[in-house]
Amino acid sequence: MFRSVFRGLGELLITVGLLLLLFVGWQLWWTDVQANREQAGITAELQKSWGDDSRQAPVSANQVDQAEPPVPAQPAEGEPFAIIRIPRFGADYQPRPIIEGTSLDLLARGVGHYEGTALPGQVGNFALAGHRVTYGKPFNLIAELKPGDPIIVETTDTWYIYRMRSSLIVTPDRVDVVAPVPEQPGAEPTERLLTMTACHPMYSARQRYIVHAALDRWQPKSAGEPVELQEVG
Amino acid sequence: MYAWIWAHLPGPLAVRVALALILVLAVVFVLFQWVFPAIAPFVPFNDNTVSDG
Repeated sequence: MFRSVFRGLGELLITVGLLLLLFVGWQLWWTDVQANREQAGITAELQKSWGDDSRQAPVSANQVDQAEPPVPAQPAEGEPFAIIRIPRFGADYQPRPIIEGTSLDLLARGVGHYEGTALPGQVGNFALAGHRVTYGKPFNLIAELKPGDPIIVETTDTWYIYRMRSSLIVTPDRVDVVAPVPEQPGAEPTERLLTMTACHPMYSARQRYIVHAALDRWQPKSAGEPVELQEVG
Repeated sequence: MYAWIWAHLPGPLAVRVALALILVLAVVFVLFQWVFPAIAPFVPFNDNTVSDG
């Protein structure tokens, strides 16, 4: 009687241990495999839908310097509308789709754009959230970014080149980091900024790692790929 | 529990081993496909946003 009870208990404990290990394996490995594949598919489809942008009328460098950067149309929630590339993250860094919205299921599909914050090129704060671990971990190396590093956003017709300005670590309730003027909620924005948020420390929900960047320049897709793509740290 | 399952698997040894393997894979599939994704929002790895919620 006792023997079978203890045996049952032992089996139960072993089963629970195996299930926990399996969960960790799923979370840290399988979600990456799945999300990397899915995100590559979304990126490819987005690029395909944009088509051949060389058909657009070329704009001279001089014109670009003087003109306001174009702003893409407001995307619907869940819609991929841009692609982000970060040379500092290495040559093997997969271009990631930017999706409108920051819910957990959307962040599994790419980098999330905080709804209601500025769009690429717009005055204000183009705020993004991304996984630092799991689900393809697009912001895995966020702490490696140094001031001046290019963060490149591609839309249907434009390349936007932002440059990293500063980083900080905050508690998760600090929504002011995605305010139009970061850390100054209510202030009137004059700059075109980009903000990235990710978890910190890795594997923890205790804090958030924040990177601020500012628009350096932009160019139409008809002008070819920006030289900053080749920039390495 | 495992002994009970093993005792109830039919056929010769090779068939039992194959059936046991299929059972294990089925359990892993169900976990990966439905159970773990349902648990994921409650583990702390996955919070990357700032919010006042």
